[in-house]
Amino acid sequence: MAKEYETVIGLEVHVELATKTKIFCGCSTAFGGRPNSHTCPVCTGMPGSLPVLNGKVLEYAVAVGLATNCNITRYCKFDRKNYFYPDNPQNYQISQLYLPICRDGYVEIETEEGSKKVGIHEIHMEEDAGKLIHDEWEDCTLVDYNRSGVPLIEIVSEPDMRSAKEVIAYLEKLRLIIQYLGASDCKLQEGSMRADVNLSVREAGAQEFGTRTEMKNLNSFRAIARAIDGERERQIDLLEAGKAVVQETRRWDDTKETSYAMRSKEDAQDYRYFPDPDLAPLCISDEYLEKLKAKQPEFRTEKMKRYQEEFDIPDYDIEIITGSKHMADIFEATVALGSQPKKVSNWLMGETLRLLKEKELDPEDIRFSPENLAKLIALTESKAINSTVAKEVFEVMFEEDVDPEQYVEEKSLKTVMDEGALQKTVEEVIAANPQSVEDYRNGKEKAIGFLVGQTMKAMRGKADPAGVNRMLKELLG
Amino acid sequence: MEKKELLSLSATALGAAVKAGKTTAVEAMETVLGQIEEWESIYHCYVTIGKEAALAKAADVQKKIEAGELTGPLAGVPAAVKDNLCTEGVLTTCSSKILENFVPTFSSEAVRNLERAGVVLIGKTNMDEFAMGSTTETSYFGVTKNPRNPEHVPGGSSGGSAAAVAAQECFFALGSDTGGSIRQPASYCGVVGMKPTYGTVSRYGLIAYGSSLDQIGPLTKTVEDCAAVLEAITSHDCKDSTSVKREDTDFTNALVADVQGMRIGIPRDYFGEGLDTEVKAAVLKAADLLKEQGALVEEFDLSLVEYAIPAYYTIAAAEASSNLERFDGIKYGYRAEDAAGLHQMYKRTRSQGFGPEVKRRIMLGSFVLSSGYYDAYYLKALKVKAMIKKAFDRAFLKYDCILGPVAPATAPKLGESLSDPMKMYLGDIYTISVNLAGLPGISVPCGTDSKGLPIGLQLIGDCFQEKKLIRTAYTFERLRKGEA
Repeated sequence: MAKEYETVIGLEVHVELATKTKIFCGCSTAFGGRPNSHTCPVCTGMPGSLPVLNGKVLEYAVAVGLATNCNITRYCKFDRKNYFYPDNPQNYQISQLYLPICRDGYVEIETEEGSKKVGIHEIHMEEDAGKLIHDEWEDCTLVDYNRSGVPLIEIVSEPDMRSAKEVIAYLEKLRLIIQYLGASDCKLQEGSMRADVNLSVREAGAQEFGTRTEMKNLNSFRAIARAIDGERERQIDLLEAGKAVVQETRRWDDTKETSYAMRSKEDAQDYRYFPDPDLAPLCISDEYLEKLKAKQPEFRTEKMKRYQEEFDIPDYDIEIITGSKHMADIFEATVALGSQPKKVSNWLMGETLRLLKEKELDPEDIRFSPENLAKLIALTESKAINSTVAKEVFEVMFEEDVDPEQYVEEKSLKTVMDEGALQKTVEEVIAANPQSVEDYRNGKEKAIGFLVGQTMKAMRGKADPAGVNRMLKELLG
Repeated sequence: MEKKELLSLSATALGAAVKAGKTTAVEAMETVLGQIEEWESIYHCYVTIGKEAALAKAADVQKKIEAGELTGPLAGVPAAVKDNLCTEGVLTTCSSKILENFVPTFSSEAVRNLERAGVVLIGKTNMDEFAMGSTTETSYFGVTKNPRNPEHVPGGSSGGSAAAVAAQECFFALGSDTGGSIRQPASYCGVVGMKPTYGTVSRYGLIAYGSSLDQIGPLTKTVEDCAAVLEAITSHDCKDSTSVKREDTDFTNALVADVQGMRIGIPRDYFGEGLDTEVKAAVLKAADLLKEQGALVEEFDLSLVEYAIPAYYTIAAAEASSNLERFDGIKYGYRAEDAAGLHQMYKRTRSQGFGPEVKRRIMLGSFVLSSGYYDAYYLKALKVKAMIKKAFDRAFLKYDCILGPVAPATAPKLGESLSDPMKMYLGDIYTISVNLAGLPGISVPCGTDSKGLPIGLQLIGDCFQEKKLIRTAYTFERLRKGEA
């Protein structure tokens, strides 16, 4: 290719907010649940029902806006977006068009060329739609309104990104901020974070933007990266062949690693937006903003700095631990209970990350409590249990958050401290393995390992290997 | 109690009689059901009558009254409710085919308030389809006839409620008013009808037409009943974001026959061309009566009157076009059988399910909201709405009440109005500004024309000034009865 092409990318990110109840009614937002069990007249569009705003939704929306350097719109409204579709019980979605709650912010990302600001055009609140389920057997479609009315914020970026890497960095930064606020768990795979990519290409150096397409159904960072690269190629191919890029919405199929144009007739819709007459306009006071600003948590960058000053743990550990608010919370709480920071970080960086990777989970899924981790560490410190036992107990704790003290008691896992009993066993092992004893005495250091192993076996693992090693060496001279 | 005597009682008088043991809730219900049996086939006020349920409820209420659990002034009184107010377990149709089989799972807050007061529901009254109309002739279930003269319409859209009160087929009724739909049928049928200040009565459970204009209100035999019913249905409802918290809701305390010093303004703009001479005379005579009692009556210019109708129809139709989107055959109500695919089902269901007036307003509403026209029509109409409110604000600096006609003429004959929708729309001229400004308005009977058809007097108050209206209306009513 003789020409150099630049990719121009903007993102529309929908985030499901972690409120207990829906945006306009008191129904539960809990995931799962029998179809149509978290519903009421409001979120099923029954005649005569009326919406009432959940104040927590506004709080989260403003908090995200403040954390992304936006201007908060002090007088804002909700607008109705009118279109017919069965997952939309009123056939209009309550959203914000004319006066979105936040505008003109930015997020800083790290690229190979250094720091870069990605602009945020606006953030607005809206309600989610229900779910359509196609029943193959009956050849019909069923609607589940559990998700209808779940609160969303939509974050619309400026077309400031230039590569898949920048897009991923932007999404990760957004996710970190939102998680730190507790506003959402932002999981692409679960749908609590959804990204639509708007992409166009232009010759390097050109001033005008090219025609952009929108891509949907991107359910992982990998899919996003592939979709971006694929669409860039597709558009370049079209332009090189003298054809024009059609403005359309395309659906990404990750298994086929390609995108398909969705029926573009639907995109030419006129939504007839107008302010929802059932909801009063929102007037955001100075007091309200001050209260929210005071509530803002310590964000990742500050936390990292603080950890560097307060805790003697490696920078790499700090980076990983603060990369997840949940993990950072567990770390801090466990340290606050008296555990040594280095020991806590070892458990998190070692066994915890290992198990998370094995089970394909995120740090947000850690279920064990700081109290239990602190107890486990205390047990190892006092040598009540040895490191092998500790790892076993940890695995159970990871799954079920068991109290390690109780568990060790129940399963009799405590290291036997009785010197007499230990000595007896060691002597039996020495007697039963003359060849190894001979080897050791002849200079084979490794033979001791075998004898330690045999002792541990005989003690059913309830001994301190280091102590056994010492005792063997004493007895063997 | 003797049937004729019982039926002629006002709601509050009946409530008092029940309390005093002179009659019972069951006797009252049986009597009114007998009246319905005799006259309903002629007047057709009701869409649904729940005979067994009504009698059972009356018995239950009577027990509670005797046990001292229900002590309010309306306990035991049988009432009717317009069919756009949701009633749990009872068919609610908005007089439309598209809701011909719809049974709500909850009751509207206004109905619940009545139940808390011990009122017993007789049934649901006929209306213009989805409250769109001025004659009750757009109803899918057939027309209602004016009990004062069955060749004429009862008015609309709360025609069934007004006629039921006039025909003694209930002791009072609830209606809804978006552009005059309580006041106009009240005036055509010779009963009292009131629309309160916007936000006074919860809209939860009222099937929405023009959300920023709709209010529920009473249709009654007397002003005293009107005050009592309004007091019963008024409440602050956290399920309705437009519901206002009010302290001054003891409306029955305003039933004082004294208008000494009451400043009454008569808008010159309301008395121009198009107003029937007999109506004009009756309304001005009413003003004179009040003047004789010490009210200060004078003419003034209200202005912006000619913009009210276009602004109203733009706004109401726009909101309605959106509010009625939920009627799509997917979740409840009528669904077209023979459709191939989703979009055809939507089209057929709505084409078959809605009547022509509803379709007309949906199309109008969709148009004024559409891309390219939104600023020119909808936004402009909202600005006019604000200006109309300001014009009223200026007027209420000088006056306590504004007095005028309710409609340009008395009830037209059946079958004469629907062929010229524009003419029909222009008939709303005196009532719609009140909805646009969110103000309270009441219609009281003030005479009849040479055909014997009732004429209504309208009193309009400033926001939250229902008490001034009630006092003036009550005084006038007493005066009229005095001269009989």
